[in-house]
Amino acid sequence: MKLTLHVWRQDGPNDKGRHERYEADDVSEHMSFLEMLDVVNERLTEQGKEPIAFEHDCREGICGSCGMMINGVPHGPKSLTTACQLHMRTFHDGQEIWIEPWRATAFPVIKDLVVDRAGFDRIIASGGYISIRTGSAPDGNAIPIPKADSDAAFDAATCIGCGACVAACPNASAMLFTSAKVAHLGLLPQGQTERWDRVLAMVDQHDAEGFGNCTNHGACQEACPKGISIDYIAQLNRDLIRATLRAKPVEAGKDA
Amino acid sequence: MELKNSIPSGPIAEKWDKHRFDMKLVNPANKRKYDVIIVGTGLAGASAAATMGELGYNVQVFTYHDSPRRAHSIAAQGGINAAKNYQNDGDSVFRLFYDTVKGGDFRSREANVYRLAQISLNIIDQAVAQGVPFAREYGGLLANRSFGGAQVSRTFYARGQTGQQLLLGAYQALERQIGAGTVKISTRHEMMDVIVVDGVARGIVCRDMVSGGIESFTADAVVLATGGYSNVFFLSTNAKHCNVTATWRAHRRGAGFANPCYTQIHPTCIPPSGDYQSKLTLMSESLRNDGRIWVPKGKDDDRAATDIPQDERDYYLERIYPSFGNLSPRDIASRRAKEMVDAGHGVGERRNGVFLDFEDAIARLGRDAISERYGNLFAMYEKITGESPYDRPMRIYPAPHYTMGGLWVDYNLATTVPGLFAIGEANFSDHGANRLGASALMQGLADGYFVIPLTIGNYLARAPRMRVGDDHAAVKDTEREVKERLDRLMSVDGRRTVDSFHIELGKLMWDACGMERSAQGLRDALKRIPELREEFWSDVRVPGSAANLNQSLEKAGRVADFMEFAEVMCHDALTRDESCGAHYRVEHTTEDGEAKRDDENFAFASVWEFKGVGEAPVLHREHLEFENVQLSTRSYK
Repeated sequence: MKLTLHVWRQDGPNDKGRHERYEADDVSEHMSFLEMLDVVNERLTEQGKEPIAFEHDCREGICGSCGMMINGVPHGPKSLTTACQLHMRTFHDGQEIWIEPWRATAFPVIKDLVVDRAGFDRIIASGGYISIRTGSAPDGNAIPIPKADSDAAFDAATCIGCGACVAACPNASAMLFTSAKVAHLGLLPQGQTERWDRVLAMVDQHDAEGFGNCTNHGACQEACPKGISIDYIAQLNRDLIRATLRAKPVEAGKDA
Repeated sequence: MELKNSIPSGPIAEKWDKHRFDMKLVNPANKRKYDVIIVGTGLAGASAAATMGELGYNVQVFTYHDSPRRAHSIAAQGGINAAKNYQNDGDSVFRLFYDTVKGGDFRSREANVYRLAQISLNIIDQAVAQGVPFAREYGGLLANRSFGGAQVSRTFYARGQTGQQLLLGAYQALERQIGAGTVKISTRHEMMDVIVVDGVARGIVCRDMVSGGIESFTADAVVLATGGYSNVFFLSTNAKHCNVTATWRAHRRGAGFANPCYTQIHPTCIPPSGDYQSKLTLMSESLRNDGRIWVPKGKDDDRAATDIPQDERDYYLERIYPSFGNLSPRDIASRRAKEMVDAGHGVGERRNGVFLDFEDAIARLGRDAISERYGNLFAMYEKITGESPYDRPMRIYPAPHYTMGGLWVDYNLATTVPGLFAIGEANFSDHGANRLGASALMQGLADGYFVIPLTIGNYLARAPRMRVGDDHAAVKDTEREVKERLDRLMSVDGRRTVDSFHIELGKLMWDACGMERSAQGLRDALKRIPELREEFWSDVRVPGSAANLNQSLEKAGRVADFMEFAEVMCHDALTRDESCGAHYRVEHTTEDGEAKRDDENFAFASVWEFKGVGEAPVLHREHLEFENVQLSTRSYK
């Protein structure tokens, strides 16, 4: 099939950027979306032009590197599918495709479709872990965990950190990302000790990074290639309220 | 080059304990005075960085990704082995050790493998405590499944995303240390070279991939956790950026490279669909627990799988290997699949696969049970092929997947360059000539959490201190060499793209040094590789500038190193005039068509010394002693 691409090109963080039009001929329906871009890039290189910069690595939908707006939708039209797993059979001959980077103040563009998502790492560093010194763990079967709890924690833990939730959200909120980690750890017995401090620290860091707040649009859940539910945001909010109330008396005691 | 493997004396079960006692320790208050560089943030690198940061060392970690969580460990699907014997099915540390040595076709070092089996117990505990959501039974205890090459159920798993969950555990531990300030991270930094001063590793030179700046970092020790080199074949299951550059640059600076020809071909990947194919996708080996592998008995059979009656199907693994059947080790399952396809029994539009069929398992266990076990894998398969494995069998074919070879290391995971260590897939240590399924995650985490944090202390406590400033001549020289090489890549301005060279090299290597190797094919490849390298350096085109994000330049540097590395890989395959594990020389087969080892002449690890680009490398041998496992011919019948 033949496609017309309109791709966002931006030389660097301070460049204004513009859409450029490319004709992609001979696209096979079996190609992945990124393989289609590879072919376009090979041609650009042969013509002496700079290829389109985009992030990718595993091409199996698990590393979370790839991510772009495809016709205004994060990762494109197919639900539960990352851009690398999207195949051209989803499109039709003659279609025009608009390809743009994630748009969010907290995800500044580095070049073309590549953005800086380091804010996600800093949110994890602020509390998205269980403090366990290497070597001091009890036996793996010492604490039985009900299968349902373990499965629910797993569902939250499948987040790949791609940033589609932020790109989809009208507020550019990273609450789905943050809540997935809060829920993953909060659902497990091992995560209880730090549960309340964790949610406070992570939400603080989320706000400090410049992500917007959640106003329950639900666009993140639709965009998430791993199907992470906004129920986890509700859970985060419950934990946040409890943590805030719990924190007060201790702080008050200190003040006195 | 001196190969001192530093294996502690005494009975195998006591070596690690004895060594831990004999090691010199760094006083807790002194640890913060030592700087340690770690390159790579996969399972090995992230776990090592987190643990050493916790211990109090000054750790600086580097990754070429935008985040440490992207490392390719994340894509491991099936599971992680541990000799917990929770299933009470006869497992033990010794059995895991034995299975690993046997599975590696008796080409690994006993002492290292035994330690790996011992540490496997701690890894599971550590991961569970971090919140890794392993699969559980209804009673709340950890679940296990069986895996290729073993007759006990010792594999722990998190659906088909075990690597992801284990890496996130290590990544979170790492981020905790970053938050605490014990570890500093430089993302989007690619290591370009090792700084060696008077024969000792003292730091690395990196390229800042955003600004294009060349930066040096010095330290008391350097640890490479930079993964394997399957992408020498271009098409492999490795992530697109995986490369040999870090280990190859270390090799050029004096680190011996061991067994480069030991490359594993994974039996269950999705066959290529066209010439534009950019990589191959693995379908976890765990699928072989419930899937049955078959091909039509007739050649060029065009019928849909479901229209082929039972008596016209050849379940060839079950036929040839009645006791292991569909769970035969990877090398065996791969070669049999290739034979079937070569003989005209291939399936699919391009006749380039065999069937992996779940019909019986779905009938026996129900669709829900199968979905619970493999749901995400089935979904991934359907996304890529447009076919649902619930309704028709998967098509699979072998693909390069993992490299057992790597930098030679001693028992302490130290390379032949003092101060330079290699962990995880980057070293050669534990898997011999063939790795068993679910053992890569085990080894990466064993090295990172439990071995290197101790052995590096032993090195630091004994090594003379030397401060190397940023203006040291060796630092400046290395920086200059890195810059010159990048300038050279930018200035060729030829006609061909980097990928076109990589594809050509990959095809050459797959044909000559892939699943089957012959002396003639290897000699031809050794003639062709230098020519191709010459063409690369005179005709490659790298557009753009070196002074900002330039993905073509990144690729070009990596492919240039593959062009040099490919030669030593072929030399190794040619010199090893036997078949063993994944190294299959057509001249050496048993009557059954299995790999035929030559223990009398080849029971050693081949360690190569770099002598210059285009110069023949020099072979050194580390002889392998087998005191606890009797050398035998592998049989999975």
